[in-house]
Amino acid sequence: MIEVKVLGTGCASCKTTQALIENIAGEHDIEIALEKVEDMAKIMSYGVMSTPGVVINGKVVHAGGIPDKKSILSWLNEA
Amino acid sequence: MFKTLADWLAFDVFGLTAESSMGESVHFFIMDITKIFFMLVTIIYIMGLFRSFVSPEKVRTYIQGKSKFAARVLAIVLGAVTPFCSCSSVPLFIGFVEAGIPLGVTFSFLIASPMINEIAVVMLWGMVGWKITALYVASGMVVAFFGGIIMEKFKPERWVEDYVWKIQMGEVQAIEQDNSLPARHRYAFGEVKEIVGRIWKWVIVGVGLGALFHGYFPENWAASLGDANNWLAVPMSVLIGVPLYSNAVGVIPLAEAMLLKGVALGTTLSFMMSIAAISLPELLILRKVIQWQALALFTAIVTVSIMLVGWFFNIIV
Repeated sequence: MIEVKVLGTGCASCKTTQALIENIAGEHDIEIALEKVEDMAKIMSYGVMSTPGVVINGKVVHAGGIPDKKSILSWLNEA
Repeated sequence: MFKTLADWLAFDVFGLTAESSMGESVHFFIMDITKIFFMLVTIIYIMGLFRSFVSPEKVRTYIQGKSKFAARVLAIVLGAVTPFCSCSSVPLFIGFVEAGIPLGVTFSFLIASPMINEIAVVMLWGMVGWKITALYVASGMVVAFFGGIIMEKFKPERWVEDYVWKIQMGEVQAIEQDNSLPARHRYAFGEVKEIVGRIWKWVIVGVGLGALFHGYFPENWAASLGDANNWLAVPMSVLIGVPLYSNAVGVIPLAEAMLLKGVALGTTLSFMMSIAAISLPELLILRKVIQWQALALFTAIVTVSIMLVGWFFNIIV
């Protein structure tokens, strides 16, 4: 089970990012536990200032803007 | 190229005449909308290819520990070149506070960032020429510089929400980036889709208003707005502009039409700045980190500075 966290305060891009990851995981039958982190203190504790950010198994892989599909897939495959 | 297309569509296909109000409006609309979307897509794509530009995390490291003057200048320049979405203003604010960057400098950044950005600059350049673009950028920087300094005099620290001071920020982690050409292309293409998807409405509304203004706005109204001696024109246009909210990109066609109709330069510049600099959504987001007294003060200071800039240009031009 891959632990995925989307860091974001609820802006449109954060929701898009979350949906995108869910879709891609679904398409490729990758099991993930997706959590949305909205608490500012927690987001900042990852050292991320630009949202949305993506954390995979505790490691920040992305910050700022919607990630593209290929990158998401490679994060999930490598995790 | 855009003019030829607009000539053909408006006058040949729709059968309008260049002299009618309708013809003028439609022609303006087609020409600007094609030109703007073409420019937007090109600029955003190119910027996307060179994505290694400054992120808020990097901006913070650059500013941290500099003297106040250097920090402020840097904050404004970086604010101008950093593409940043208003939904990032809260983490950005907290990150700056956490790094010990003075609040006045943070406010300078928050003023400069929405007002001056690479897209607005390239579009202004394309539509009204480099001189007005340079004036716009310079006055935006002046407003950001002094706006932040005045803000500081009121000791805004007392209005910052308590929890902000307590947040411990984690080490900024280096994110591995795929810098190959296909990855850059994917990123740039994604940016175009995302940004154009977000702002196309503003562009259409802006161009639409500009077109209406161009075809239907009575010359003598524009002339009275444009009379530099009529010093009320500046505060009026600012008071109309502040509650209006649009991306800077949407305002440009309107400003273009105003200038073409003979509205004074200072009045037009202050109108543009007041729309771009202060927006209700951004204020509501910032309310999460700072109390409303500070936001009211922020709005007042920026409004007054924009008016001063407007009067200044109306007097010297």
